[in-house]
Amino acid sequence: MLELPVRPQGAELIRTVGLTRHFRLGGFLSRRFLHAVDDIDLSIHEDEIVALVGESGSGKSTIARLIAMVYKPTAGEIYHRGRPLATVRSRREVLEYRGHVPMVFQDPYGSLSPVYRVSHGIMRALKLHRADLSRRGREEEAQRLLEAVGLVPAVDFLGKYPYQLSGGQRQRIGFAQALACRPELILADEPVSMLDVSVRIGVLNLMASLRRRERISFLYITHDIASARYVADRLVVMYAGQVAESGPVEDVLAHPKHPYTQLLLSAVPDPRAPVSLPATGEVQEPPRVIDPGEGCRFRARCPYAIDECSRVTPRLRLLRPAHDAACHVATSDLVAPAPTERTDKDASLR
Amino acid sequence: MIATATRPLLEVKDLCVDYLTDRGAVRAVDHVSLEVRKGEFLGIVGESGCGKSTLLFAIARLLTPPAEIASGDIWFEGNDLVSMTESELRHFRWKQYSVVMQSAMNALNPVMSIGEQLRDAFDAHQRLTGRQVEKRSEELMRIVGIDPVHLRSYPHQLSGGMRQRAMIAMALAFTPELVIMDEPTSALDVVAQRSLMLKIKQLQREFGFATIFVTHDMSLVSHFSDRLAVMYAGQVVEVGETRQVFADPKHPYTVGLMRSFPSITGALQPLSGIPGSPPDLARPPAGCRFHPRCPHVMPRCKVEEPDFYAREADLVRCFLFDA
Repeated sequence: MLELPVRPQGAELIRTVGLTRHFRLGGFLSRRFLHAVDDIDLSIHEDEIVALVGESGSGKSTIARLIAMVYKPTAGEIYHRGRPLATVRSRREVLEYRGHVPMVFQDPYGSLSPVYRVSHGIMRALKLHRADLSRRGREEEAQRLLEAVGLVPAVDFLGKYPYQLSGGQRQRIGFAQALACRPELILADEPVSMLDVSVRIGVLNLMASLRRRERISFLYITHDIASARYVADRLVVMYAGQVAESGPVEDVLAHPKHPYTQLLLSAVPDPRAPVSLPATGEVQEPPRVIDPGEGCRFRARCPYAIDECSRVTPRLRLLRPAHDAACHVATSDLVAPAPTERTDKDASLR
Repeated sequence: MIATATRPLLEVKDLCVDYLTDRGAVRAVDHVSLEVRKGEFLGIVGESGCGKSTLLFAIARLLTPPAEIASGDIWFEGNDLVSMTESELRHFRWKQYSVVMQSAMNALNPVMSIGEQLRDAFDAHQRLTGRQVEKRSEELMRIVGIDPVHLRSYPHQLSGGMRQRAMIAMALAFTPELVIMDEPTSALDVVAQRSLMLKIKQLQREFGFATIFVTHDMSLVSHFSDRLAVMYAGQVVEVGETRQVFADPKHPYTVGLMRSFPSITGALQPLSGIPGSPPDLARPPAGCRFHPRCPHVMPRCKVEEPDFYAREADLVRCFLFDA
């Protein structure tokens, strides 16, 4: 019934299986746990931009930090090209992995050291990750990297201090530092949310062009669905530490299946839409997930909640081609519904 | 001193605000003129550093050194706000106009409950009995959509959306004519943001106060404001009816802003944003301040400063409309 152009996918770079991270609240002996990320299955392929969208506190940054090996998972595993990250142990291997999967941070004012010139950070990354280059080679490479992120003339920028740069330029330096490691995948955690509106789109365009020219994949973390649509191939919507819905961007936007995605889309301010303001817009707040029981975490805010939602945690089900949602109520648009349940391996984690 | 029916509620005329620095005065707000009518929702949009928050603080007379009003007038219902002393302002603030700050976490006192902070405001501005204060506080909380049990809550116990609502409850405590809001939704998620915007609009209809709403996100106010003023580098560059500005933006900067945010509807279009970045206000470019980034730059833009030119109901500070 449905045929959608599915981009040919490259090899799988990162796969998470049942990825879970809990944080203990309060003291060492506390028994209360914040479920920042619960049971996430996510994959990122070569040459792909995946957008992770959700409200603050939904666990999107935690996922990036787990993939970056900043945090260790409470349960579940992350595979890098098929190899479990738990087996990446030695200093050399960790360094190598971090070179493959570097991070770009949200705050370009806090992520660059104010006392060093731009060249310092880039040359350091080159020294650490590019042993193949001579001193002269590193200098040439540093210039090439700045040109790749649109900072020309590169020689001028190498000698500048961060305070001499605008927010957008600083964020480009962040990308140049990440590029210095010759990455496969860049974890970009809200890279444009602190930039001025008029320069944001330039950084998004930079991500798109790095994917096109240097074949780098991105995990783009954002709360702004419109920008996710602009650069990403696939959209993963998170709610309260779990994936609510995921699929090709245009398909999720055109046919949102999860009531949370629908709520999110209806809240995006869109000047192109006709003016119609409902009399009131009372919505509840997202929960902080502390020791949750069974059941859908969105049920308290959901207009379609049924009995089952408070008893059984919904699993992701395939509802359209390459597009699934974790909702008991959502209906499938597929001709013959595929086997829907995922393996219940993680019931023991709860 | 008596306001006539035709006079706007607030009139800002040729207002200039300077920051006095070691390197000399930096003009953050440069000859801004604005009007707010009774019950009107005026949106002010601009990027960081364009002077929009400084303008708000000047209007509310909340500027602290090194910032000061260098010249210009602010008339509020026939009262000259610029020349008012602190003690005169004390009778004016809260009752005539109030301010909702960007970060409620910083604006609220972390060691006092919401109820205590409301009581403080009542004690300072009105003689009420304890019972009356309690009753009025509960009423205010209900108005903004918070359960009155939260009067006993401390700011950190509330979510971001609820804190902003508590701020708005305080701002409405004395039913002012004008509520000045500085990016009240910028720390909120889209869902909470929309919910708060709808709440503000509903309260405005119910109580009839006027609003000046500052934001960096043009799309946010598109459905809410009656009129829109676009600021760039300390100046207003375009002002007009909101829907008109969105339907037919005139100033090249406004056009550039409109092309800077992607949409979730319609065909996906490649966007370019605006090349370059906003100028350093200590050394603004000569002529039109937007000329280094403008795609339509003409020789005269580099030397002459444009005036406002009328187009339909809009005012545009651009030589393209000088005809």
